[in-house]
Amino acid sequence: MATNQQVAPAKQRFGYDNTAGFMMSLPALLLLALFVLVPFVMAFVLSMQNVRLDGARPNVWMGLEQYRRILLDPDTSSVFYRSLLNNFIFALIVVPIQTALAVGLAVMVNQKLKGIAIFRTIFFLPVVFPMALVATIWSLIFARDSLGMLNGFLAAVTFGMIGPQDWLGDPKLALLSIAIMSIWAGVGFQMIIVLAGLQGIPQELYEAATLDRANPWQQFWNVTILGLRNTLVFVIIVTTIFSFRLFDQVYIMTRGGPGDSTSTVMYQAVTSAFVENNVGRGAAMTVVFVFVIIAITLLQQRIFRQNREVQ
Amino acid sequence: MTTAIAETPTSQAAPHKGMTLRTRKNISNAISYFFLCLVSPLFLAPIAYMIIGSFKPSDEVLNGLGGFLPTNLSLDNYSGVMGRFDSDASGYFWNFYLTSLIVSLVIVIGGLVINSMAAYALARLRWVGRNLVLSIIVLLVILPFEAIAVPLFYLMNGMRNTYYVQFLPFIASAFSIYLFYTFFISIPNEIQESARLDGAKPFRVFISIIVPMSKPVYASVTILTFLAAWSSFLFPVMMIDQPRVRPLPLAIAVFKAQPPTDWGQIFAFGVLLVIPVVLVFLVFQRWFIQSVASSAVKG
Repeated sequence: MATNQQVAPAKQRFGYDNTAGFMMSLPALLLLALFVLVPFVMAFVLSMQNVRLDGARPNVWMGLEQYRRILLDPDTSSVFYRSLLNNFIFALIVVPIQTALAVGLAVMVNQKLKGIAIFRTIFFLPVVFPMALVATIWSLIFARDSLGMLNGFLAAVTFGMIGPQDWLGDPKLALLSIAIMSIWAGVGFQMIIVLAGLQGIPQELYEAATLDRANPWQQFWNVTILGLRNTLVFVIIVTTIFSFRLFDQVYIMTRGGPGDSTSTVMYQAVTSAFVENNVGRGAAMTVVFVFVIIAITLLQQRIFRQNREVQ
Repeated sequence: MTTAIAETPTSQAAPHKGMTLRTRKNISNAISYFFLCLVSPLFLAPIAYMIIGSFKPSDEVLNGLGGFLPTNLSLDNYSGVMGRFDSDASGYFWNFYLTSLIVSLVIVIGGLVINSMAAYALARLRWVGRNLVLSIIVLLVILPFEAIAVPLFYLMNGMRNTYYVQFLPFIASAFSIYLFYTFFISIPNEIQESARLDGAKPFRVFISIIVPMSKPVYASVTILTFLAAWSSFLFPVMMIDQPRVRPLPLAIAVFKAQPPTDWGQIFAFGVLLVIPVVLVFLVFQRWFIQSVASSAVKG
C-alpha cells in the first residue's frame, strides 16, 4: 500500500520530460519532415507548375492546368485513364485470387502435420525475392515461342492443345501475366497474415460447431471465415493499395506496353517526371494516386467500423 | 443400438467413433499432403529454374521444360558475370554488391536507432506536442513511398548518383516507429517507473531497461527493413545512372535490358543477388514469419 501511495504522486513528480522527449524523437522527426512531409506538400505545389529539371526555363505557375491535361483533355488524358484502369483491372484480378489462395494455403499450413513447417517455408520463399529479380526470372518463363517455360509446360499438360502464347507481347495477356506473377510473389505474405488470424480464432468455437453437428463446410464458413473477417478486410485493403503501387514489374517486363496495355499510374508518373522531364505532370499524377490511396483507406475504416458494430 | 448411440453420444459411441475418427484423420491427412505436394512445385519451379539455369550454357536455358534438366553444368556463368562487370563502363560486380550492402546496412542500423528512440519518446514520455506528432505518424504509416517519389526526385536532384540519395529518405520510417510504439506501450509502465524513481534519466532507462527487453521487435524491424532496402528499385531507377553506385536490383534490370541477353549469366547474377536475403530468411525463419504477422496486427 505504501508503495502505491508513493508511485501515484511520483507520476506527478516526473511531470513533463520535454527535453528528453524532444531530443529522443528529434532525429526521426527531422528526417520524416525533410524526406516525407516536405515532398508530400511539394507534390501539390509542383503539380500546379511547369517544372523542368535542367533549369532551362524557370518554373511557371499554371494552376490546375496539369490536372486538366491528365484528366479532361481528350488528347492527353487517354493514356492516364488507361493506366488508372489497368490498376483497377490488376486489383480486380489479384485481390480476389490472392486472398482466396492465401486463405487456402493458410488453412493447409495451419494443420498439425509432420513437416508442415517445410511447406510454410516453401510458400513464403518467393516473398523474400526482390521484385526486380522475380520480374527477370518470369520474363523468361513468359518467353513467347514454344521454347518458353510456361508455353512448354502448357503444351505438356494439355498435350499440345494450348499453343504457344506471347504472354507479355499480347495486349490481351500482358497485364494478366504480370498479375499471375505478382500473385506468385506475394501470396506467401498474405498467407502468413491469414495464418496469424486463424490462430486467433478460439478453439472453443470449433468445438461448439462440432457439437452443433456443423459439417466441415459449414464450419469453414461460419467459424473460420467469420473469425477472419477483420484479417481479410486488412489483407484486401493492403493488396488493393499494392495494386495501385504497381511499378517494378511493369518497368522491367513490358515498359507499359504493348501499346498502353500494362501502363500504370506510377509508371506514367515516373515516365512523365523522369523520361519526359515534366515534373509538374508527374506530381499531378502522384496527387491523384494519393487521393486513390486515401479513398481506399477511408473505405477500410468504414468497413472496420461496421464489423465492430456487428460484433 | 443405433438409437442408443444417438441418445448417449458421449458415453457409448465414443470408442466406436474413435476408430473411425482415426481412419478419417488419416485420410484427411493424406488428402492434405496430396494438395500440399501438388501446390509446392508451383512455388519452387521458378526458383529451381533460376538456380539450374545459372549453371547451364545460355543457349540451353530457354528450352521449354528442358530448362529444368541439369545438363552441361558448369560455373561458367558465374565467372562470366564477374568478367562482364569488370570495367568502369559496365560497372564492377562487387561494387553493385557493396552499394546494396552499404545502403541496406545504413538504413537498417540508422533506422533501428532513431525510430526506436522516437517510439519510446512517444510511448513513455510526456512532452508538449506528443499527441500531435503521434497522430501525424499514424497518418504517415499508410502513405506509400510512391506518393512522394516524384517530388523527392525533384528535391534531391542535386544528390543524384550518391549513396546518400539511396539511404537518406528511408532511415526514418513511420511504419517502424509504429511497430516499436505498439511494442513499447505493451511493456508494463511500472518497470520504467521504478527505474525513474531510482533517479535514472529517461534516456538511461531506455538504453539499459527498455532496449534489452525488446529484442523481438528489434528483430522484426530489422528483417522487414532489410527486405525492403535490399529490394529497393523505384527510387534508384530515377536517381542512379552511374554504375559506380548502382544497387543490385537496378543492376540486374539494366543487365537484362542490354541485348544480346545472356540468360545463363542473368540467372547467375540473380542467384548471387538473392543469396543474402535467402540466408537471412532461412536462419531467422521464425522471426521472419512472426514479423510479417506482427506487421499486420493493426486496424
